[in-house]
Amino acid sequence: MELLLVILIGLLYASGIFMMLRRSMVKLIIGLILLGNGANMLIFLLGRIVKGKPPLIESSAKMLTEIYADPVPQALILTAIVISFGLQSFAIILVKRAYKITDTDDLDELNTTDEIYE
Amino acid sequence: MIIAILSGFIAAALIPLLSKIIKGKGSILLPFLPLSLFVYFASYLPKIGKGEKLNFVYEWVPSFGINLSFHLDGLSMLFALLITGIGTLVFFYTYSYLKGHVYLDRFYGYLSMFMASMLGLVLSDNIITLFIFWELTSISSFFLIGFNNDDPKSRKSALLALSITGMGGLFLLAGMLLLGTAGGSYSFQELLANGSLIQEHASYGWIILLVFLGAFTKSAQFPFHFWLPGAMKAPTPVSTYLHSATMVKAGIYILARFTPLLGGTTEWNTTLIIVGAVTMVYAAIHSIFRMDMKSILAYSTISALGILVFLIGLGTEESLLAAGVFILVHALYKATLFLITGIVDHETSTRDVTVLGGLRKVMMPVAIAAGLAALSNAGAPPFFGFIGKDLIYEATLHFGDWAYLLTGAAILTNICLLFAGLLAGYKPFVGNLPAEFSKVHLPHPTMWVPPLILAALGLIFGLFPVLIEKNLIQPVFSSLTNNDTVIHLKLWHGFNVVLGLSMLTLTLGVLLYWKLKPSEALFGKTLKFELFSPQTIALLFGRLFSGFAKFWTGFFQNGYLRNYVITILGFLTILLGYRLYQGVNFYVDTAKLTELTIYEVIVVLIMIVSIIFTVFSRSRLVAVASLGVIGYSICLIFLFYSAPDLAMTQFSIDTLTVILFVLVIYNLPKYKTFSKRRIRVRDGILSLFFGTLIAILTLEVLAEPLNRETSIFYAESAYILAKGKNVVNVILVDFRGLDTIVEITVLVIAAIGVFSLLKLRLKSIEKE
Repeated sequence: MELLLVILIGLLYASGIFMMLRRSMVKLIIGLILLGNGANMLIFLLGRIVKGKPPLIESSAKMLTEIYADPVPQALILTAIVISFGLQSFAIILVKRAYKITDTDDLDELNTTDEIYE
Repeated sequence: MIIAILSGFIAAALIPLLSKIIKGKGSILLPFLPLSLFVYFASYLPKIGKGEKLNFVYEWVPSFGINLSFHLDGLSMLFALLITGIGTLVFFYTYSYLKGHVYLDRFYGYLSMFMASMLGLVLSDNIITLFIFWELTSISSFFLIGFNNDDPKSRKSALLALSITGMGGLFLLAGMLLLGTAGGSYSFQELLANGSLIQEHASYGWIILLVFLGAFTKSAQFPFHFWLPGAMKAPTPVSTYLHSATMVKAGIYILARFTPLLGGTTEWNTTLIIVGAVTMVYAAIHSIFRMDMKSILAYSTISALGILVFLIGLGTEESLLAAGVFILVHALYKATLFLITGIVDHETSTRDVTVLGGLRKVMMPVAIAAGLAALSNAGAPPFFGFIGKDLIYEATLHFGDWAYLLTGAAILTNICLLFAGLLAGYKPFVGNLPAEFSKVHLPHPTMWVPPLILAALGLIFGLFPVLIEKNLIQPVFSSLTNNDTVIHLKLWHGFNVVLGLSMLTLTLGVLLYWKLKPSEALFGKTLKFELFSPQTIALLFGRLFSGFAKFWTGFFQNGYLRNYVITILGFLTILLGYRLYQGVNFYVDTAKLTELTIYEVIVVLIMIVSIIFTVFSRSRLVAVASLGVIGYSICLIFLFYSAPDLAMTQFSIDTLTVILFVLVIYNLPKYKTFSKRRIRVRDGILSLFFGTLIAILTLEVLAEPLNRETSIFYAESAYILAKGKNVVNVILVDFRGLDTIVEITVLVIAAIGVFSLLKLRLKSIEKE
């Protein structure tokens, strides 16, 4: 499974970057989301994956003793997912807003913001 | 002492607040600041005359060894008196010269700031504070040159002056730091105590080179002299004060100050002699072809500065004495001539010597001052200039093998300077008065009294050199040579070679004045040499630099987001690729891999297909939907591999994102492909390459052993310390609770942003 995930991570990164390099702002956001997913998977994989052993302490026990999934990367990823949601939602609304004002989705036409008010 | 130095800065800060008063009658009060400082410094004269040296130390940044320590000896005294004395006269002069000017308050502010910085410069004992004051003089000079800021030429000159002197300042800073390191102290007095240590130090050559570069740029030595004529765009009081009497002598001050410490070596002397001699001859010859009074004076000032550098370079006791005297001689007559030029310009609106004439008939006192200054400049007896010139000839004549050449150069320079002085101080006042100047009248006394005082001093010091010999010149001499030989200034030495040379100079100079008439044609001829002048070369380099900077910035900072991304990724790819090329260290231990089940393979396949759809779909809806599918698949993977919390979060967040996208999707423009095929292929290759690199890196990291210390801590203490059974949750809300609060704050801010962007009404101007 690790090998498959490695390929998946590579693909997510590649597709994310490819989308970020596009001129459309919507594609830029999609690229960001893909890249974020790739990074999450990367952290997850590097924390080593374990099947069927969530980091939950048994009701009878006082601590995790056997083999268990690493809780630290999970905590990190959880934070990352939430934060990236904040970023994404803001970006999506910003794009919508920018389009309303500038009437374009093309990043290349946005490099002259100062002239809009003329 | 510290109050005396800082008072100028305080005044500069207060003046803008009092601008109403200053623009009115109040400005007549301002000259009393430099005047009181002059009196303050003069009160130390008897002490200095007794050979005392005064130290004033205030702590500033003790951790870096930077103290506000001031040191008053002969050399500092001479400069302090020049700065405050000429400062007083210039302040008075400005009162009439710029009367009613809109920015008079600013002008006085800059002048006070300059005066304070200059005082700090000549009084600093710590070489770092010396540098700071040095830079402050450059900056105030910049403001003063560009004072007429609606004139593009003025602004350009200011910028040129700042860049040349500022560049020199950087060199000086480097020199000072090296010096401090070599000598183990930043205090000049302490450095002086172990001077031989520095001269033998390995970086001695670098130190003097850097100090030279600083001094030569500031004191307008060849080939850095060209900023000074441009600086004459400043109002005349500025030219008088900064660009002839004080600031340009800062470089001389540094050289003189460091002579006992760094001087005496062949490198030091030879460099100074050559640079000084070239400058004095070059600028002197230039000065005689000019027609603008200010230009003439500018070049003769450069020449005089050259003489000073040359004299310091000779390094004998005689030459150092000559340098000390000549600083005073030059300040007195050149300031006078500049002030007179200002009066002439102010009253007749021209500075062209070919037009001016006969002005003595309308402004007698000015003519007297000009005549006295021109005579002192010419070195005619019994003026102070005569003593100065005698000392110069004596110094060159007694300089061993090169005596004849050096004396020749000095004579040539003096002849040209004499001519220049006559041109500026004599010519405009003799002959017939042109009709258009017949209504010209004498200006307010605050304008013509200052030059008269200076010119008269030139005569008085010449007649009675004993007035300043003991209290001023002797201490200057002691601080230059670091010994206490008693000196005597005399007007009459009897009939000897020096007197003969003086007379020869006078005769030839006057002869030249009768023969050579400056004219447009003659001036035009000299302009042809401008093609090879240092200024042209420097400006060419400047253009090359700015062209290169423009190209460089345009190339990297072109404002296109993707170009930045490409640059960063390209660089990263090359770096990582090189690293991997050096040796990839991964092996896949198939035994350790988790086994593969059929539904996992299906999930991964679904993801790959969705990725392809997301990237290549022509419909935005499809792209967003596939994005959702990718998210849900990741959610499944989390679920398979023991991360239920992640799965839950990913599920809800992904749903929300997709909903948000769909909500705004109808408001968005057509989903277009903007780029050309070629660019898409290029980007595709770059991304694939990068993705592969990441994959390889991941594999490599997977092969490394993992340190689980942190995880073990959390796993063991989650329940015991925090009474929670879900370890991930405990980490987030308990162990790293503060981080989570910050995270929530971030989300709130994002939410506020989203809300306001949605609710914000478009202003009519934005709808366009």
